[in-house]
Amino acid sequence: MTELNLLYTDVEDDLRRTVRDLLEDRLDPSAVIAMYDGDRTVVDPLWKAIAQDLGLAGLLIPEAEGGVGASAREAAIVCEELGRAVAPVPFLTSAVVATIAVAGSGQELVADLAAGATTAALAVPFTTAPEGPLPALVATNGALTGTVSSVAGVLEADVLLVPVEESDGLAIYAVPVAGTTVQAVASLDMSRQLADVTLDAAPGTRVRSDAANSVRAALRAGAAMLASEQVGVASWCLAGTVGYLRERRQFGRQVGGFQALKHRLADLYVGVESGTAVARYAAAALAADDSDSQVATAIAASYCGNLAVTAAEEALQLHGGIGMTWEHPVHLYLKRAKTDQLAFGHPGEQRRRLADLVDLPFGSTEAGESQ
Amino acid sequence: MNTETDVADKLSEQVTTFLAEHDPVTTDRIEFLRARFDAGLAWVHFPVGRGGLGLPPGLQPEVDARFAEAGAPDNHPRINVIGLGMAAPTLMAYGTEEQLDTFLRPLWTGEQIWCQLFSEPGAGSDLAAVATRAVRDGDHWVVDGQKVWTSSAQNAQLAILLARTDPDVPKHAGLTYFVCDMTDPGIEVRPLRQITGEAEFNEVFLTGVRIPDSQRLGAVGEGWKVANATLNNERLAIGGGPVPRESGMVGVVAAAWRANPGRRRPDLHGRLMELWVESEAARLTGQRLRQKLAVGQPGPEGAAMKLTFARLAQRLSGLELELLGEEGLRYDDWTLRRPLEVDFLGRGPGYRYLRAKGNSIEGGTSEILLNIVAERVLGLPPEPRVDRDVPFKELAK
Repeated sequence: MTELNLLYTDVEDDLRRTVRDLLEDRLDPSAVIAMYDGDRTVVDPLWKAIAQDLGLAGLLIPEAEGGVGASAREAAIVCEELGRAVAPVPFLTSAVVATIAVAGSGQELVADLAAGATTAALAVPFTTAPEGPLPALVATNGALTGTVSSVAGVLEADVLLVPVEESDGLAIYAVPVAGTTVQAVASLDMSRQLADVTLDAAPGTRVRSDAANSVRAALRAGAAMLASEQVGVASWCLAGTVGYLRERRQFGRQVGGFQALKHRLADLYVGVESGTAVARYAAAALAADDSDSQVATAIAASYCGNLAVTAAEEALQLHGGIGMTWEHPVHLYLKRAKTDQLAFGHPGEQRRRLADLVDLPFGSTEAGESQ
Repeated sequence: MNTETDVADKLSEQVTTFLAEHDPVTTDRIEFLRARFDAGLAWVHFPVGRGGLGLPPGLQPEVDARFAEAGAPDNHPRINVIGLGMAAPTLMAYGTEEQLDTFLRPLWTGEQIWCQLFSEPGAGSDLAAVATRAVRDGDHWVVDGQKVWTSSAQNAQLAILLARTDPDVPKHAGLTYFVCDMTDPGIEVRPLRQITGEAEFNEVFLTGVRIPDSQRLGAVGEGWKVANATLNNERLAIGGGPVPRESGMVGVVAAAWRANPGRRRPDLHGRLMELWVESEAARLTGQRLRQKLAVGQPGPEGAAMKLTFARLAQRLSGLELELLGEEGLRYDDWTLRRPLEVDFLGRGPGYRYLRAKGNSIEGGTSEILLNIVAERVLGLPPEPRVDRDVPFKELAK
């Protein structure tokens, strides 16, 4: 078995540069801060630039269906850069999760997603783990009824992809968002604002039958790509804090020269290096359809979820008072990191799943315990 | 791409030819090893004529695997770690042609075992504070002093030695690097017993030890630079091939979990899975580092790897004891032993727990490694060095 490549290829580095250049050019942190006061004007033009102009909406869709035909390795690069900039665009929710849910279904929707003409969201709470319970909605003659809370990416979406348990198995319905009631939620992370969605006999089209595997695969890909986003968040926190502590002076010295602070930053560096390795492994395993892919995703999700939070919390503390201010962007990263930690399954849930996958179960038949 | 494949293919052919010409089963062990060295298949990244072929180091694991598959004798690398991992690359970087002729081949074949005379009671993390004196006497040097934490000293024929040749200049400037004969009558080796009960290391007392000037490595006063070449190679020693999942301490603890269903508790399971994930993260970080080295992107991540390794070994070995309950309270044997090779995983859980404590001290303490990462990787300001410009003899001891 050949070892998966955990390095960044030249092509991937080029993609990174392209995305980073665009974000540096088009996204000022102040625009993200403004979202907490309800100003979302930055979202649409930025998403259009990424989805259509750079063509990244169709990254994971095969060329035959109008997409780019790239793999999870490239999507992970995009997620890293979006995390590094706390970019408020629905790449993860639409171009990864919703796209994988309907990929290969032969629906026109796929081509629209590939072109960036349509943006979609899978109608599950953002906290839904890959193996977790799905919301219970009912479809009667193509009319869907029910509520789903805390959905990510729906505020930016035109189409909602709704999993419905039917007599012949799980199906996915495409429901125009316009036909539903979307209640935006004041969210901890307003750069990925959540919404509660109510469907009251909303007209939908069944786009996929026997969809359980597709939905689970979509959520797993979400968890794997989120790990790269979390690496991006953590990398920004490390670099930003190192930069600040080299500038900031107290007691007549650079604050970054104090050993207590140096050691904390060195620890964070070690974490970011490890996070990069596990996130790369998850992306590479997914791209290669490797038999270890589920394990790789659970490792990455478990590790990077906590890493990003640690990085953001350290960044906040080490920035001192300035980090507590509304103007300084560090709080954007803390809010994104803490929210991301709960997305697609908390690290503890990922580890419980992992325990079964790698034969380290808690369950002891002798004691009659199970978990 | 094609050229890389061509190189690997050609190397593979060379191994095939060598094995055809030297039957690994019937050839005398030392003769076989000497021939392998002469064929350049000892360490392919060394130059031609020095046991290598001037190829990328990433090609070595495959060569070693081929020899192992063929049932060839190895050079007992585990009992000559200092020689292979540290002395050899330093010799390659600073040795004269004559020194290379003399030392390299018997070093690689294991005919000569090496040890390292660096640390002293007063020079631990501050290695440049070495006080062992070397005084010139014609074409020899006479060495007096005390070294400590010397593994394999009782088994070694040769040592790399860092000694002070000029106390009148600041500490880094007055050091010189030598190859020392461990069979000199002025060498006395005493076992140094550790918290595990065994003596894996030694104290070495040097009294009037005579070293010919021809065994000096690098210029007089250049010892610090040469020593750093040695220590930098410590990091590259991570090398080698892919490491399977659940290698090392995590494998031991995972096996203990699987074997003891009656002792499982939710808190222990939570810790086990956290450490399992962190061990995988460390393994994959190492894999990524090896991939970087293989394409010639060596980085300073070695220090980071060692930090993680030490922490994990300590936390996992502690967890193992707790998981084993009553059985964890029994220690296998406190008898003083003098092992020639270290096995952090060998022996019982109590030994593993105690031995792991050394992982964050030996080869650079975790605190020094954090400084290294902070300063050399992150570019943060260095620690104040109040002794840097003061002549060594004036420093407070």
